[in-house]
Amino acid sequence: MKLPTDNTHSSPDVVIIDYNLNNLFSVKHACQHVGINARISADKNDIAKADALILPGVGAFGNAMQNLEKLDLIAPIIDSIQAQKPFLGICLGLQLLFEESDEFGHYKGLGVIPGQVQRFPGQTDTQQSLKVPFIGWNEVHTTSGKNWNNTPMMNTQDGEYMYFVHSNFVKPTAPEDILCVTKYKDFEYCSGIVKNNIFAVQFHPEKSAQKGLEIYQNWGKSIQVQVS
Amino acid sequence: MTNNIRIIPRLDIKGPNLVKGIHLEGLRVLGKPEEFARYYYENGADELVYMDVVASLYERNSLHDIITKTAREIFIPLTVGGGLRTLDDITQVLRAGADKVSLNTAAIRNPEIITQASQKFGSSTIVIAIEAIKQNDGGYLAYTDNAREHTGLDVFEWAQRVEELGAGEIMITSVDQEGTGEGFDLELTQKIANLVSIPVIAHGGAGKREDVAKIATEGNVNAVALASILHYDYIKYLIEHPKNEQEGNTEFLKSGKAFTKIQSSSLPDIKKHLLDHHINCRPISHEITHR
Repeated sequence: MKLPTDNTHSSPDVVIIDYNLNNLFSVKHACQHVGINARISADKNDIAKADALILPGVGAFGNAMQNLEKLDLIAPIIDSIQAQKPFLGICLGLQLLFEESDEFGHYKGLGVIPGQVQRFPGQTDTQQSLKVPFIGWNEVHTTSGKNWNNTPMMNTQDGEYMYFVHSNFVKPTAPEDILCVTKYKDFEYCSGIVKNNIFAVQFHPEKSAQKGLEIYQNWGKSIQVQVS
Repeated sequence: MTNNIRIIPRLDIKGPNLVKGIHLEGLRVLGKPEEFARYYYENGADELVYMDVVASLYERNSLHDIITKTAREIFIPLTVGGGLRTLDDITQVLRAGADKVSLNTAAIRNPEIITQASQKFGSSTIVIAIEAIKQNDGGYLAYTDNAREHTGLDVFEWAQRVEELGAGEIMITSVDQEGTGEGFDLELTQKIANLVSIPVIAHGGAGKREDVAKIATEGNVNAVALASILHYDYIKYLIEHPKNEQEGNTEFLKSGKAFTKIQSSSLPDIKKHLLDHHINCRPISHEITHR
């Protein structure tokens, strides 16, 4: 018996959303490395048709929403999420899911996760100064009542190090949306969420060496199941 | 409690070769940058820096092919510097696969580019490299083009200015210490780190792992860029584990010309030393070992 060697037709159509604000190439390279067949597109039709979406992003929240609006991508992204298609958000791609941000003015987000985006304080409650942006490796931890089984972090150990670059953090209204938390010095914040088809993290799994690639790999496997 | 300190191998590249000099001059060929980069990635590097050290002379960065190759197989952040003059130059390097860019000459000639670039690419994408030389009066001035060009800018004023203009990080090089193995310039580095509220990367002078521990704690820096101490360790490793095709310039080390003040050390050794001294860093994961 001959096994099919070309699975490009059966693999899900994954689109990495290009809105002129992000380093898409590292995300695409990570996808390729773990066998996710993803293409980069800024076209609303591609995004509407896609089986699964990846929203990466580095930069300012307001600019990001303006770019998404200019490209007419807000409605297709929300529709895709509401149609229960798998969604992976990274860094700014996590923050944009929320209702609003106060970064450089007041901006509305996609509003699919209840909560806000806020800037790191310059100091923690115990007067420790925080350099902003936070750039570097930090630990991800489980939070009360959440385990990472059946999420792309199923192989991630509690306390594993991931690579972060950000000045703002998300504050989900519903504690059950929080998948993992991270402490910047003694300032604890939500570093990942999971809700139905949405999985989104503040860190960059594509820049977190082998442990980050495992998260892509698990997400890739989960979408095979979800879309087939 | 210190923050997690990042250990960043810095690869100075000239044409297709990894090179290393002293005081940023007198470059020697050490081997292929891709080989060193892969080795550091597998051994727990937290980021990498590629610096095109002759780019400023030719006003262009020639690392695109090496960047692309690296980005396909190395999944940690990569900063690229050398010869980047315009927003278009930055775009090209990012498209090739870099995650951040490092600017020095361009920023000094046209400080506005810091603001424009940080607005366009995000401030965390823009690292400002400052090459500092201590003056007879005890002050420090900034230089460009591998410390060949005098600018007259006070290093501390310049550091505060680049933060105001929107830089995401500062990489401070002590040209006096660079390549000597005599340790970081603590006074310079500490003063910069305390003046700005953005992360600071210390560079220039590490000769042993104790130097890294010292600058991490007393220097108040967020990251350390290392070259000779790591490069010599990898070359030693190549001598001890010869392969059919030798990449590193082992003749250089065998000849005993390597700078004797450098006590080479591997990334796992350096990180173990930091953790043993209660300095936080991302530990080497168990699967990662010497090849």
